[in-house]
Amino acid sequence: MEFPAGLRYTKEHEWIRVEGDQAYVGITDYAQQELGDVVYVELPDAGGAVRYMEPFGVVESVKAVSDLFAPVTGAVSQVNEELFNRPELVNSDPYGQGWMLLVQIGDPAQLETLMTAEQYQAYLRQAREG
Amino acid sequence: MAPQAALSLKRTPLYELHREAGAKFVDFGGWEMPVQYAGIIEEHRAVRTSVGLFDVSHMGEIEIRGPRALEVVQRLTTNDASKLEVYQVQYSTLCYPHGGIVDDLTVYRLAPEHFLLCVNAANIDKDFAWIIEQAHGDADITNTSVEIAQLALQGRQAQATLQPLCDIGLDAVRYYWSAQGRVRGIETLISRTGYTGEDGFEMYCSAAEGPQLWRALMEAGAPYQIKPIGLGARDTLRLEMGYALYGHDITADTTPLQAGLGWIVKLNKGDFVGREALAKERGEGIKRRLVGLEMIDRGVARAHYHILADGEIVGEMTSGTVSPSLNKGVGLGYVRTECAKVGTPVQVDIRGKPAQARVAATPFYPSQVRKA
Repeated sequence: MEFPAGLRYTKEHEWIRVEGDQAYVGITDYAQQELGDVVYVELPDAGGAVRYMEPFGVVESVKAVSDLFAPVTGAVSQVNEELFNRPELVNSDPYGQGWMLLVQIGDPAQLETLMTAEQYQAYLRQAREG
Repeated sequence: MAPQAALSLKRTPLYELHREAGAKFVDFGGWEMPVQYAGIIEEHRAVRTSVGLFDVSHMGEIEIRGPRALEVVQRLTTNDASKLEVYQVQYSTLCYPHGGIVDDLTVYRLAPEHFLLCVNAANIDKDFAWIIEQAHGDADITNTSVEIAQLALQGRQAQATLQPLCDIGLDAVRYYWSAQGRVRGIETLISRTGYTGEDGFEMYCSAAEGPQLWRALMEAGAPYQIKPIGLGARDTLRLEMGYALYGHDITADTTPLQAGLGWIVKLNKGDFVGREALAKERGEGIKRRLVGLEMIDRGVARAHYHILADGEIVGEMTSGTVSPSLNKGVGLGYVRTECAKVGTPVQVDIRGKPAQARVAATPFYPSQVRKA
């Protein structure tokens, strides 16, 4: 499993990649593996708002439905509509073509509450050994 | 995250082989079973295009023997077991007096006075107790579930995989018939049955020899890229066929008539448990029906979602998924009979949003079983 350095991670297994005052959001390699084959993604409309650690959409695998949580508060400037036709991109390229939202960051301080790649991996180990 | 599997979960004799194959496990009715190996969609496609092997050893086997064995089976099941010749197989249901379903099962007649009932894993204890109670001591009834391993080999290359290992001619084993043979030396009951809509076999051998049988079949299927198949793909495969799953589409609160299983309810065969209630229901009219639903809007209709027509709740989904073969949302659910006609437009309430769907004929995907 891969956890790129430079991204920030949530306990709900989303990642966020900051580029200037905007950020890309998706789910982690761990999340996509746990879900299995993704068959459906429901995202907010561009222009809408997402709120820190509140659900912004849904990802469904063959077996399960999971909420998606926003790593930061902000305005949605773009959604990855490609996922509506090719949801499997979430599995094959979770940090690349499987991105979900591009968000205009509303409160940069929230980023500091998220985990680094190292912290996220430690968090996963802990959860596994729980 | 799901917690670690509790220690009390039951395991099949093939558990270690699944671990080695990299299976992901799930608690299924008290059993720690492989839900997937390579991935549900890949496994699904392997069965639809070539061949796959399932460990279904969690399924239960209950044997009924004695001079009055047929009478007991007739009393307990809704289909007409008197029609069964030796080695013939029949799909049937066990019902309560009120017509609700105890379980669905396959009935094998292994000898004139010996029947094997293959029942659902989560229902073994319940079924066994029910059968003993209703038999009133008129036959010898044994639960041989732990002594038996069961494998399902399914797909168009199933026969090509199995035949070279086998000392009987499989062409002679017709759909819903069985035969006793040796598969690479292992004494096996082989039936041309399954839960996928593909040609294939279900095989019963001793629990101890289960792992050997599994290895032999995986080896023989290598030229056909055989894959081990988990419960995830088992579910998508059966759902594409519109086959009911006990605990979801059929339960103690639904009758075989409501579930579209009227073809295995033989009201004229003589008395049986549930007959009166089912005859009454048929006479008065069946108020709700299990139907196939296909999504028109994007989305996945899942179990327990409400089914709406003109803004009013007319039913509830009992199973749903995205069909890997058709790449669209399909499912089963109960609707009021007036909404049960194929083509009826309905909506499914998906997390508060009504999504367009329609009542569809099942199977959703054309059955490939070899009936001739």
